[in-house]
Amino acid sequence: MTSIFKKLIQVIFLLTLPLGVIAEWGLNMGSGVTPISQKVYDMHMISLTVVTVIGILVFGVMFWSIFHHRKSRGVKPAQFSHSTTVEVIWTTIPLIIIIGLAIPATKLLIEMDDTSDSALTVKAVGYQWKWKYEYLEDDLTIYSNLDEKSVELSQRVDGVNPMEHENYLLDVDEPLVLPTNTKIRILTTANDVIHAWWVPDLGWKRDAIPGFINDNWTMINEPGTYRGQCTEICGKGHGYMPIVVKAVSMEEYKTWVAEKKESQEATAAASNKEMSMEELMTKGEVVYKANCLACHQANGQGIQGVFPALAGSQIAIKPENIKTHITHILYGKNLMPAFGEQLNDGDIAAVTTYERNAWGNDTGDMIQASDIKAERK
Amino acid sequence: MSTLAHEHDHHHSPSGLKRWFFSTNHKDIGTLYLIFSLMMFFIGGAMAMIIRAELFQPGLQFVDPQFYNSMVTVHALIMIFGAVMPAGVGLANWMIPLMIGAPDMALPRMNNMSFWILPFGFALLISTLFMNGGGPAGGWTMYPPLVLQLGDAFPFLIFTVHILGVSSIMGAINIIATVFNMRAPGMTLMKMPLFVWTWVITAFLLIASLPVLAGAVTMLLTDKYFGTSFFSAAGGGDPVLFQHIFWFFGHPEVYILALPAFGIISTIIPTFSRKPLFGYASMVYATASIAILSFFVWAHHMFTVGMPIKGELFFMYATMLISVPTGVKVFNWMATMWKGAMTFETPMLFSIAFVILFTIGGFSGLMLGITPVDFQYHDTYFVVAHFHYVLLTGAVFALMAAVYYWLPKWTGYMYDEKLGKIHFWLSTIAANVLFFPQHFLGLAGMPRRIPDYNIQFADFNMISSIGGFAYGLSQLLFVYIVIKCALGGKKAKAQAWEGAKGLEWTVPSPAPFHTFETPPKLTKAMLEY
Repeated sequence: MTSIFKKLIQVIFLLTLPLGVIAEWGLNMGSGVTPISQKVYDMHMISLTVVTVIGILVFGVMFWSIFHHRKSRGVKPAQFSHSTTVEVIWTTIPLIIIIGLAIPATKLLIEMDDTSDSALTVKAVGYQWKWKYEYLEDDLTIYSNLDEKSVELSQRVDGVNPMEHENYLLDVDEPLVLPTNTKIRILTTANDVIHAWWVPDLGWKRDAIPGFINDNWTMINEPGTYRGQCTEICGKGHGYMPIVVKAVSMEEYKTWVAEKKESQEATAAASNKEMSMEELMTKGEVVYKANCLACHQANGQGIQGVFPALAGSQIAIKPENIKTHITHILYGKNLMPAFGEQLNDGDIAAVTTYERNAWGNDTGDMIQASDIKAERK
Repeated sequence: MSTLAHEHDHHHSPSGLKRWFFSTNHKDIGTLYLIFSLMMFFIGGAMAMIIRAELFQPGLQFVDPQFYNSMVTVHALIMIFGAVMPAGVGLANWMIPLMIGAPDMALPRMNNMSFWILPFGFALLISTLFMNGGGPAGGWTMYPPLVLQLGDAFPFLIFTVHILGVSSIMGAINIIATVFNMRAPGMTLMKMPLFVWTWVITAFLLIASLPVLAGAVTMLLTDKYFGTSFFSAAGGGDPVLFQHIFWFFGHPEVYILALPAFGIISTIIPTFSRKPLFGYASMVYATASIAILSFFVWAHHMFTVGMPIKGELFFMYATMLISVPTGVKVFNWMATMWKGAMTFETPMLFSIAFVILFTIGGFSGLMLGITPVDFQYHDTYFVVAHFHYVLLTGAVFALMAAVYYWLPKWTGYMYDEKLGKIHFWLSTIAANVLFFPQHFLGLAGMPRRIPDYNIQFADFNMISSIGGFAYGLSQLLFVYIVIKCALGGKKAKAQAWEGAKGLEWTVPSPAPFHTFETPPKLTKAMLEY
């Protein structure tokens, strides 16, 4: 509570302080880290200043009138009811002001629209509820999920305190790594419903629409980590699909790409090997938390009427349904998205095993990567 | 018309359930609309309380994200279609015949029907919350493909929208028919009270925009059940097409909520300034220009969908242009107060708060209209703050002002002025504590429609929630004041307010069951609003 009072006092002193200080308290928009975000911030400050000045003038006149022209002061009301001159003046002045705002806004919009001459293209694909990033030139694909700690802290259970996690709901397992001082084209689209890709420090957001591709660009000047969120309601996980951009130098970026590719190949190779029950369950739990928990819940009970329970489910316990279980995960069903593309055989084997043995399902079934491979069409 | 009304002169007013279910009397139907909208205001308000309770601190405490989303969705649908619109129609029903010297609405039976289908529409909507799969949870804007993922509630949502649309269109036709056919001799169009003018223009907006919404939701229905692909890219359609159609309805809808409020304020400020409205003609023209422009700005709700730049520029210019006639209105209200002899009864207080707070909402609206910066503001709490300033401290404050202003005419008693003022100050302070910090949240990067947030947003969310609870509780006082006034108090004179002009103040308070069965003789003084 004390921090609230502190904030309240800060707000009260807001008007007496320079604007730069205000931004630090989260009262104003930040100026970001790209040339465009700086210009967007400037445009924001121009329009904010214009409306503030108009507001002070208009409300000032009104309060003067409220104070002086009150019946209790014994004034007699005037009876005038129009004045063409005044009316022409207060139609013309606002018109001039908005033209004055429209000119810089138009210039800025044209600049933001120019995606030509980019050195690198990344396609951001929105999924319910994660982002997939495809580095088109480098032939690399990564999936970016909410980090495990945020997943744990965001459950509706007692004893979790999000205040412990500075980047609560703003952290991911795999950030989007981008090189600095490079014009990067960012394409946005989606796999299922409409999402929106927004990192405030880059100065814009853009919808990710299934079946359509929007193009945008950015050029990050300062290395660092920049965080944002999905900004178009996309179902129950809308608040849980953050975007994290990690800006590094071009050399570091190249090293990262090479390492990432190597580790992906290694994982793919390793995923084909046989695993013990313990290995399957440990890995399965990790995969479950990242991909399945949002709907089917930590206790496997799902949400009644929307997301079916896995605990005690016929599909997850009957031996004759193993095939159905695997194909549901691979190809999806109704609201359930297809995971075949996102997860490798080892991951799917592990999560299937986990679901068949957790929460009292105890079937003892062990599913291996080869079983998954057999079901892929 | 007047002879027909004369035959009913000696009938007793009906009583009991029959009076309310079968009523064709504009005053009774107006009362029904107003009571219904107050009930909806509290149901929608309860949902807002759930939202603010969940957002009180980071983490999930009370509801699951899916239910949170349906609260966000149904809160909006109920407040827009159940609270603000019916309250406006209720006022129109009560006041338009009294203001133009007509015995009743032109189409009284249709009037009964347009009210009585509303409770059924909302029963359908609210019942969806208990259905398999939960209530609508994709936002009141119903964007596909998300809305198509809805469970059993989906067809109910669509039919609710149809029913509410039918009701509003009938109400609008009735208002237009009444105003164009039933004005007292001498009441020319340019002598009508501004409230009547704003409502006629609103009625045209309703008739032009609601069928578009009905079309859009019907296309959703066929996409879901009959294999069409209007909005599915996989079938050759376009999800953004829905947004274009929706907002072609949605933006005029904003003015459907706001224009009657402008009419109310233009009635109340002259009364308590004891001075005629400044620039009557320019008010009428400004209202008409706002209404016309409202059909050319819809895509400013969807700047981020990736329109061609020429489209973005067009919609930016058109949007900024709306601030000119809106500015004219604000300046006219100021000039009306200028050199008046003002007193500050509750309706006047709410009206002054309206002018200031609606203008603040207009300022953030102008900022949102600037496309390159809207890319930052869009779908953040800055937008939530903006539209609550124009709809809550705008439209709802004007409706509150109207209720206080005409309550003496409706009940025959003066409301408790002291309690009214307390209600005003509580509401105004609470609403600002509730919504002003949301500007900061939006600018700092908090998206709208999320059930949980990063800890950097914790303080302002807590402040906002405290304001929310205070605002919610203060409205109970309003109910108490209204009930108290209906039951008794100081008798109201026919001319309840010293400076009030207009025909409604020539009939006794409370207004008798039948009024103006013969058209009133208008004098010049009666028309100097």
